[in-house]
Amino acid sequence: MNQTATQSADLMVEMHNVNKWFGDFHVLRDIDLEVKRGERIVICGPSGSGKSTLIRCINHLEEHQKGEIVVGGVPLTQDVKRIEQIRRSVGMVFQHFNLFPHLTVLENCCIAPMWVQKKSRREAEAEAMQYLERVQIAEQAKKYPGQLSGGQQQRVAIARSLCMHPDVMLFDEPTSALDPEMIKEVLDVMVELAHEGMTMMCVTHEMGFAKTVADRVIFMDQGQIIEENAPEPFFNNPQSERTQLFLSQILGH
Amino acid sequence: MIHNQDMIPQQPAPRSTIGPLAWMRANLFSGPINSVFTLLGLYVLYILLVPTIQWAFINADWIGTSRDDCSGEGACWVFVNARFTQFIYGLYPQEELWRGNIVFAGFAILIAWLAIPRLPYKRWVAIFALTAFPVIAYVLLHGGYFDLPRVPTHRWGGLMLTLILAVVGMVGALPIGIVLALGRRSNMPIVKSFCVVFIEFWRGVPLITVLFMASVMLPLFLPSELSVDRLIRALIGITLFQSAYMAEVIRGGLQAIPKGQEEAAAALGMTYWKRTALIVMPQALKMMIPGIVNTFISLFKDTTLVMIIGLFDLLGIVQAALSDSRWLGFSLEGYVFAAFMFWIFCFSMSRYSQYLERKLHTGHKR
Ligand SMILES: Nc1ncnc2c1ncn2[C@@H]1O[C@H](COP(=O)(O)OP(=O)(O)O)[C@@H](O)[C@H]1O
Ligand SMILES: [Mg+2]
Repeated sequence: MNQTATQSADLMVEMHNVNKWFGDFHVLRDIDLEVKRGERIVICGPSGSGKSTLIRCINHLEEHQKGEIVVGGVPLTQDVKRIEQIRRSVGMVFQHFNLFPHLTVLENCCIAPMWVQKKSRREAEAEAMQYLERVQIAEQAKKYPGQLSGGQQQRVAIARSLCMHPDVMLFDEPTSALDPEMIKEVLDVMVELAHEGMTMMCVTHEMGFAKTVADRVIFMDQGQIIEENAPEPFFNNPQSERTQLFLSQILGH
Repeated sequence: MIHNQDMIPQQPAPRSTIGPLAWMRANLFSGPINSVFTLLGLYVLYILLVPTIQWAFINADWIGTSRDDCSGEGACWVFVNARFTQFIYGLYPQEELWRGNIVFAGFAILIAWLAIPRLPYKRWVAIFALTAFPVIAYVLLHGGYFDLPRVPTHRWGGLMLTLILAVVGMVGALPIGIVLALGRRSNMPIVKSFCVVFIEFWRGVPLITVLFMASVMLPLFLPSELSVDRLIRALIGITLFQSAYMAEVIRGGLQAIPKGQEEAAAALGMTYWKRTALIVMPQALKMMIPGIVNTFISLFKDTTLVMIIGLFDLLGIVQAALSDSRWLGFSLEGYVFAAFMFWIFCFSMSRYSQYLERKLHTGHKR
């Protein structure tokens, strides 16, 4: 498409020196991060450290003020067309699912393929049913989100994203709004997705998940990336004091 | 340990907690104070209701042609009866009334079709109701085409005029209101300030002033060869006035939709207009039904103000009839009739909106 595209064909997300402010508050400071195609990143850190803001900058749900973000070779600018192009290739799963309550499960999954990708209803529905089957919720297709449990809703939300055939999936604490007994059903879906080779950036405190699937774990604090490493050294031999403190709190040592 | 292998079947509630007697004991006579108030209330109802019923029904006169057919002991509905056509159509020529009847019938059929859930082809009926029907209705009522004699709008009146004003005002105001509400939430400063100024201007002016301006001032600004019909001017004024109120109702509904909805739609790559039309607006409109119906009901009643610019709506034509020397002294009957007609329409709208709310909220409560 352009020079950047060929040069970084295997880079899915690039963030160079990204800075963001909410008013005077410096949320993201000099973020440098590269995610390769097929790579799986887990981001953790204390609450308010800017994890959500970081991944929300990638599909421009938040706007960064300084630095450069490139997604799938396309530099993210203010241009609306460009932003929409990037969003079509980036799936996102939210903490509170954000399913559309006025649409059935099936319609939730079909609405973007039909209206954004201009697929026919039949084609969109057939494909949506495949994905709903994969997240094991096909039998609920005609129900409304309000009639499902939290774990079921989150699996629908994952299916809804997958229906757009994203190149990368962003997860913002997908299990932290769920009752404990439902966390596993969602994590299972995510692990399966990881095994299929999906590029994933996942904000989560599920350390078991991080150990199983992550290629890299990133620790953030106060808007900065403090440490990043493969899961094994990250958990067994954390370098910075803040990481050690955070891990001890989260793992309950 | 498992005690019951099988579920115990469900049973109806014990008799004594239901039924009218139990209800009365629980709600009307649950204590000494409650009982006193109940009896007092019944007494007040009795002294108000009995004379009213006697006046309106028992002693009333219904059939006849002139005031001599009325005994004078009760209501003289003969007056309403004799003037009924006028109350419904205004000064529309007698021999052309069939045109009004067709429009009324068409209107009633369309409303019923859209209101009754079972009937199919809702979308096409709605499109027809909003596009072809107004044209057909105008051609029929106004005439001047297809050998239909012309009936100028100043002869339109009564309930027909009231309905025209209210329905056109409402149907016109809804889309304008949606655009204004979206504009007011927009990030574009020029669009936003235009919408704010527009909304606040119309909301700050009484409808009666708007109507005066539409009938007196508008002609001063327009070139004299371009004489806009008085009814059209009133319709434009009412629509703009109403759209400002509608915009605020809609904005309230939009604000109640969680931000996550718009974000999820954006994350799927939907453009602003698709997010708005497919995700945000349908949810907001559901919440806004009570507010929209409320504004419609108040508009319906406010249409009576067109009297001051010389249009004879239902109330206006009733009032005009009261000054007829052959029928002096029957103003109570006239006003009760007008009030009753307004009440029927407003009450049905209110009930229908409650029904809609219930219907739309089953299944997917958040
Ligand atoms: N829209 C916003 N306006 C102002 N401050 C915000 C906004 N969103 C987040 N913040 C602040 O930015 C910081 C980082 O937020 P967030 O990225 O949500 O953290 P995390 O996801 O790591 O918990 C927090 O202190 C939060 O209060
Ligand atoms: Mg967060």
